[in-house]
Amino acid sequence: MKATILSILGAVVAMTMAVSASAGTLDDVRKRGHLQCGVNTGLPGFAAPDDKGVWRGFDIDYCRAVAAAVFGDASKLKFTHLTGKTRFTALRSREIDLLSRNTTWTFSRDVDLQLTFVGVNYYDGQGFMIPKKLGVNSAKKLDGASICIQTGTTTELNLSDFFRTNGMKYQPVPIETNAEARTNYLAERCDVYTTDASGLAATRAALDKPGDHVVLPEIVSKEPLGPLVRHGDDQWADIARWTLNAMVAAEEMGITSKNAKAMAKGTKNPEINRLLGKEKLQGREALGLSADWALNVISQVGNYGEVFEANLGPKTALGLQRGNNAQWKNGGLLYAPPFR
Amino acid sequence: MTGPATLQPAYSWSRIWREEKSRGVVIQIMVVLIFFATIAWLIGNVTANFAALDKTFGFKFLWQLPANYDINQVLIDYNSQYSHLRAALVGLINTFLVAVVGIVLATILGFTVGTLRLSNNWLVARLAYVYIETIRNVPVLLHILLWHGIIINTLPHPRRALNVGDATFLSNRGLYVPCPLFEDGFGWVAIAFAAALIGAILYHRRAHRIQMETGHQVHSVLIGLAIVIGVTLLAFLAAGSPIGFELPALRGFNFQGGINLLPEFVALTWALSIYTSAFIAENVRGGILAVNKGQTEAAQSLGLRPGKVLSLVVLPQALRVIIPPLTSQYLNLTKNSSLAIAIGYMDLVATLGGITLMQTGREIESMMLVMLVYLLISLLISSFMNWYNNRVRLVER
Repeated sequence: MKATILSILGAVVAMTMAVSASAGTLDDVRKRGHLQCGVNTGLPGFAAPDDKGVWRGFDIDYCRAVAAAVFGDASKLKFTHLTGKTRFTALRSREIDLLSRNTTWTFSRDVDLQLTFVGVNYYDGQGFMIPKKLGVNSAKKLDGASICIQTGTTTELNLSDFFRTNGMKYQPVPIETNAEARTNYLAERCDVYTTDASGLAATRAALDKPGDHVVLPEIVSKEPLGPLVRHGDDQWADIARWTLNAMVAAEEMGITSKNAKAMAKGTKNPEINRLLGKEKLQGREALGLSADWALNVISQVGNYGEVFEANLGPKTALGLQRGNNAQWKNGGLLYAPPFR
Repeated sequence: MTGPATLQPAYSWSRIWREEKSRGVVIQIMVVLIFFATIAWLIGNVTANFAALDKTFGFKFLWQLPANYDINQVLIDYNSQYSHLRAALVGLINTFLVAVVGIVLATILGFTVGTLRLSNNWLVARLAYVYIETIRNVPVLLHILLWHGIIINTLPHPRRALNVGDATFLSNRGLYVPCPLFEDGFGWVAIAFAAALIGAILYHRRAHRIQMETGHQVHSVLIGLAIVIGVTLLAFLAAGSPIGFELPALRGFNFQGGINLLPEFVALTWALSIYTSAFIAENVRGGILAVNKGQTEAAQSLGLRPGKVLSLVVLPQALRVIIPPLTSQYLNLTKNSSLAIAIGYMDLVATLGGITLMQTGREIESMMLVMLVYLLISLLISSFMNWYNNRVRLVER
């Protein structure tokens, strides 16, 4: 009897070990034929459906870029829509290959939750939005306010810290998605809505009368947002990281979706030639990508600046300035390592 | 059930299967084996995946300080500097609050509607019927969202709150009522109240005994009530009215002070109550119909008034039929309260199973604890209801 149970146990353990020790993420993605990308449940400018029901936005375009790098086709892509609460579980349980959902890079997420942030694609900070008629002009005057907050986010923790350090009280109104926050805010269930400043701009832009609401000047935290993957697959993390770097570098080098194909025929700048596949980029094969991977990213999706302008920039409803998200040469923080 | 011992000394292997008794044992052993193999497989799977993710299993995170998040309804001392365990406890108490208030409300509503459903008045019976059929055929989550939507959208902003005597305010931030403050000497009032209550109960018992012996009826309930209220009131006045009230007042964005019933709490409790009451009403109707009509007629022919017929003859017998399904409705209500997260009421699922899970990354541990707690609450309710069921069970002579 004992032996039977033990042998069954052994077989079971061996079986599950075999299942869990699967191949690398890149092989999985290739075999499946599409990239499974975790994105927001709806945040205008970052990830939201357009009037034809196609999902568009800044975070969506990054997913498209990775699909273009892996498959040479930005459309080989499916989305999993995740709330602030479900996103990490989905990534860690291999439900998605990549999370591109305005997620803040923090120490504990990187180390304790064992996630690998592949870079920062939006330098953000937490802000507060409030109806103009309440006549509040500073976050320090929010004592006693009811505050709508997305649960399971870093903003939840920052908010608690901000009110405690300033000796103020507040009533949290926890909600799951941006859409719920909007409903509660408009019904005046909460006086204030707090989230990343970019998210506030997005929400405010989608209100009927954006002019009736103000975003308070205080930015109470650093929120470097970026895409992330699981710990333990460096090849896949490198693909995600260098796809982002390629988009940033392309803007710096003046490569756009329009001129990329022409430049790929050869230029006088060896770094452009290496990026677009005209000259040898040492180590590319080890990454498992084709020679024209970056060309595909840039020609099909665009460089960082193009993606920013199309989704978040001054000409869009959000009307965000580049600010910290400008190239380092223009006084911003974007700085791609060299392609060499 | 000792398998091999029951077999004949000279047996062949096929006989084990042929004989009914030994076959039963073999099948049971196989079932047990499959059961444990499944459990072992689940544990093995989790262990293997934990190893693959370099994670450890443990509950130390519960004591980790600080939890770093705030909770909007706090019935015990709590702030963001307490541990995750404390936050979970706050959530658990919030769950309990909804469950207890919900069960009481649902029972009152359910018994009322269930009795009305059997009314001889055509209109009343039809209205009860429509109530039951509409309410119980809509998913409970929609009830919750509907009532929350109604409360936050139709009630005014705190600055235009409905004001009852400058003491009670109703707005879309909830209901604010005065909070009683107990001053010196209140202890005496409490002692007087307890003494009066004991006295009233003793008096009631005596009246009951006299009625059993002589048939002489005394309105002991009314007199007992008078004793309790009178004595307590006298003590209250004698001690110099030792109670004050903290009135809620609009300061800044919200009302401060007083007791606040959050709209999320009201919406959740109310939605769960009316949803469950529809099911309870049907149980009550079934229970009453199960009592033989002859019982009612016999009671009526004894000259009992309709109210007495119901409370003395029909209901005690109907309860035996009503209580078992009632128990499962109570369990349903308690478990459905985990939908609180949909409207941002911070119960156990929202704290331990939500924010704590998220911030610590302990999915398996947190969810296991949440499940365990719900299991314990359910067992608690079940055992109480079983005890009560045994009490009202027909005593056979």
